[in-house]
This record gives sequence, C-alpha cells and structure tokens, in this order.
Amino acid sequence: MLKHITCTVCPMSCNVELTLGEDNEILSLTGNKCARGKAYATSEHLHPERTLTSIVKAKGGMHPVLPVRTNKPIPKDKLKEGMQVVSKVEAQAPIKMGDVIVADFLGLGVDLVATRDL
Amino acid sequence: MKQVHVDVAVIGGGPAGLAASLAARKEGAERVLIIERNTELGGILQQCIHHGFGLHRFKEELTGPEYAQRFIDFIKETDIEVMLETMVLEVTPERKIYAVNSESGMLEIHAKSIVLAMGCRERTRGALRIPGGRPAGVYSAGTAQRYVNIDGYVPGKKAVILGSGDIGLIMARRFTLEGAKVEAVVEVLPYAAGLTRNVVQCLEDYDIPLYLQSTVIEIHGNKRIEAVTIAQVDEKWNPIPGTERKIECDTLLLSVGLVPENELSSQAGVAIDPITNGPLVDDAMMTNLPGIFACGNVLHVHDLVDNVSKESERAGMYAGRYALGKSSEKARRIKVQAGENIRYVVPHEVSSEEPVEFFMRVQRPQDDVALDVGGLRRIRKTSVRPSEMLDVKITPEQLQSLEGDTLVIQIVEQ
Repeated sequence: MLKHITCTVCPMSCNVELTLGEDNEILSLTGNKCARGKAYATSEHLHPERTLTSIVKAKGGMHPVLPVRTNKPIPKDKLKEGMQVVSKVEAQAPIKMGDVIVADFLGLGVDLVATRDL
Repeated sequence: MKQVHVDVAVIGGGPAGLAASLAARKEGAERVLIIERNTELGGILQQCIHHGFGLHRFKEELTGPEYAQRFIDFIKETDIEVMLETMVLEVTPERKIYAVNSESGMLEIHAKSIVLAMGCRERTRGALRIPGGRPAGVYSAGTAQRYVNIDGYVPGKKAVILGSGDIGLIMARRFTLEGAKVEAVVEVLPYAAGLTRNVVQCLEDYDIPLYLQSTVIEIHGNKRIEAVTIAQVDEKWNPIPGTERKIECDTLLLSVGLVPENELSSQAGVAIDPITNGPLVDDAMMTNLPGIFACGNVLHVHDLVDNVSKESERAGMYAGRYALGKSSEKARRIKVQAGENIRYVVPHEVSSEEPVEFFMRVQRPQDDVALDVGGLRRIRKTSVRPSEMLDVKITPEQLQSLEGDTLVIQIVEQ
C-alpha cells in the first residue's frame, strides 16, 4: 500500500511516499530530499504525535478562560478524547504559567499545564 | 495636561514593544515607558494559544501566551514603566506624544526617542468587495480567535474560511477542536498562503478541504449568514463561470492578510513604503524622522515572532542610544534595492559601519536557488516561499567592499 506524508521540517515540504507492507511496516520511503525527511516521515507514520493546546474555564481571573497545553506531545488519535476532558475542567485564579491543571492527562503520563498567569 | 518626560517611549506593548523597551533599558536609557491600549501586555500573542513560537529564541516550542509571559516577566524585573489602557492619539515630529487614559486624562509625553511598535490589523471584508448582504457571522479570523481563546465562546457551528494564511489555518483547527464544523478553506492563490506545517497539522489532520485558485463570490443571508457561493478563478482572479458551488454555513472567517497600523506614523510625517505599508527605515531601524524608530509588524508583517523580537531589540538599542545622545551621523549611505523575485527588503538604507540583518520576502515560490546580497554574500536556498521570510546578516567589512551606493538583493539561479 502507498501512503503520502508531507514533510514539515523545512519549507521545501517534500512529498514523501511510503510503501507499506501487510503489518503497516515501511518497506520503502522515497521523495524526501534529506535524512531529516526520512526521520520525520517514519515517526509521523509509526506514531504521529501532536501537542494539544486549548482553553479551560477559569474563575476569578481577568479573563473567563485560561489557555492550556499538554507539556509533551500526545498521540494524534487522542486529541478528540483530550478535548472532551478539557471542556469539563475548571481552573481557579490566581494561576501561574506552568501550573498543572490536569495531572497525568488521559493517563498518558503528560500534564495539562497553564500557559499564562491569570 | 499632565506632562511626562521620558528617555524612550515605546508605543505598543506587544512582542515588538516588549523587546524594544528591554533593549533600550539595557543600552542605558533610564526612563523607558511602554504605552499600551489593552488591559494587559503581550499584544496578539495572548490569543495565539497554539504552540510553535520561540524555536529560534528559546530553543523550545512555546505557545503565544508563554512567549509573551517570558518577556513580561523580564519587564517586571526592570524599572521600565508601563501605562495600560492608554490610547496614543498623536505623535509629533518633535517627539511629543499625546495620549489619553481614564486615570490621568490627557497626557503630554516628551520623549528623547520613540519606538513605533503598534503592530498590524487584519484586512477586512470591505477591502475584498465580496458581493452580498451584510449579515452577522462574517468575522476576521483574528477576531474569531479572540472570541474563542480569550472570551471563551465559539461564534459559529458551521464555518467557511476564506484565505489560507496562518491565522485562518489555525482557526480551522480551533473551530474543529471546539466542536464546530469547518466546511472548507478557500484560497485564491495556487498554493496555501500559510506555513506547510499548518496546512498539515490544521487541515489534513482533520480532513478539512482546501480549495485552491478559488474564492467566495457571494455571501447569502439576511440577519445571519446562511451560505456562501465559492467559485474557481482564472490567473487574473476572475471567477470562472460554471464552477460556482454553494456551501451552507453560519460563519465566514476572513484570513486575507494583515496591514501594518501606521495612522500615527503617517500623521507624524513618517515616510511609508508602499510595498510593506510600513515606515522606511535605516539600519538603526530609524524612520525619516530623527529619533523615531519602528519595529515588528508595524514595520512589515512577520511570520515568526522570534524575528520580531530580534528586529525590535535592534530598534530599542538604537532608540536608547539616540536618547543618550550617542548616535552619530553616518558617513556613507547605501540604498537597498529589491531585485529579481524579491518583493521587499527591510531596512531600506544602511551605513557601512554597523553589522546589519536584512529581512525580506520573495514574490513567488522557487526551488534550488541562491540569495545574492549585492555580490557580497550568496546563500544557497533549497526553497523560497512568499510565506517564509528570509533573513541574512552582513558585516561592516562586507559592506565596505561594496562598490557604488546601491545594494541589490535578489534571487539567482544556482
């Protein structure tokens, strides 16, 4: 099976073509113009990860919501589930940037942290 | 009227103003004042809650608020004064600033030097001349971003986004994550205007279609927007008959460009570059008015805040030096000219006495080329894109070897 991944490492935006085997393993990889493209496409295929950034409700601050992020990237397919948790959280000011709002987010071993003082 | 005397007055407390004020203070200017119209410092970074900021500056990926907070924390460690909720009404060539706030009323601020750091604003529907009614539900992407990320409400459930600039792409993801449906992103150019990374992580990740060489030709709805008609366009951006398609939506976001906010500058008599819509500056980031400097998005629209900080530190340093009476007349002036496939270059004029960093944008995408700086330096580029600003440093020694008084920066074939 063929799969295309657009490399985002540099503005070149190589269109990397992966040939996949029966177990989704990479048989060959072409179209990348450098080694970084190979590393990117490989990890993007095997375990795509994203940092989740959003807001949570906040009480007692100058704004009604607080921006938050996961302090490490999480698997891409967990973003939706993550948003469902985020929508139910409420933080209480005063808050400092870096404060943990949800520890061990989704049991993934990462924390949801505040990204500003409020 | 209340009189205030300062060494350096910085207009705007966003990333440019924050970096400029810190640099001016570091240079030795004693009274540095930031004048900000918002209720807090940080500017537009406060609503850019996504990450990707600071990779160059701090060697890690921060969100907008985190990037701002770091600078705000630096400011707190200094004696830099901050006036919030203060609106500047006028700047004079003699470096007087008239401002107003609810605490002091009118203020007359006398500054030895001024840094213009007012940023930019979004191009609006009016600039696009889209036919149709004037229903509610048409927002600039940045306005919607503020509603969602600062005020905490999503202004629609079914959106179409016109323009594939970075803010539009980012908002496509934000709307989707918040449970709204983004029906389409529509772009008049044959390629996405924003960074590839944003196309991948904001559109492809969520299967949001991107229609290139297309535009919105009609807005439907009376009280609230109900649909838009999109159509493909030819090379001259004229809609192609027969390609029209109606898409139902309750929201249309416009991400169609940013314009430096130079009303104050123009009124003061600052000369403006018609390409960047920002002031003409020299290598000290000084405008044609002595002692008035400019940096950040008021000067030209950046894509990376890291570059804003770097450029603004330069402006702040020279503004500080000017306030201390340490700046000197330059013996030689070299005009900087945008050559082949270069849309503009900042600064517009340099001396040959100080190291300088040029920021520029290309007109169209090209691969496997080189950036040639007046024959003084040539840098290979695997690719150049209008969406990615280029920068290059030149030493005084290199500038001194230049013949003539014009430096042409251009893209050349390898």
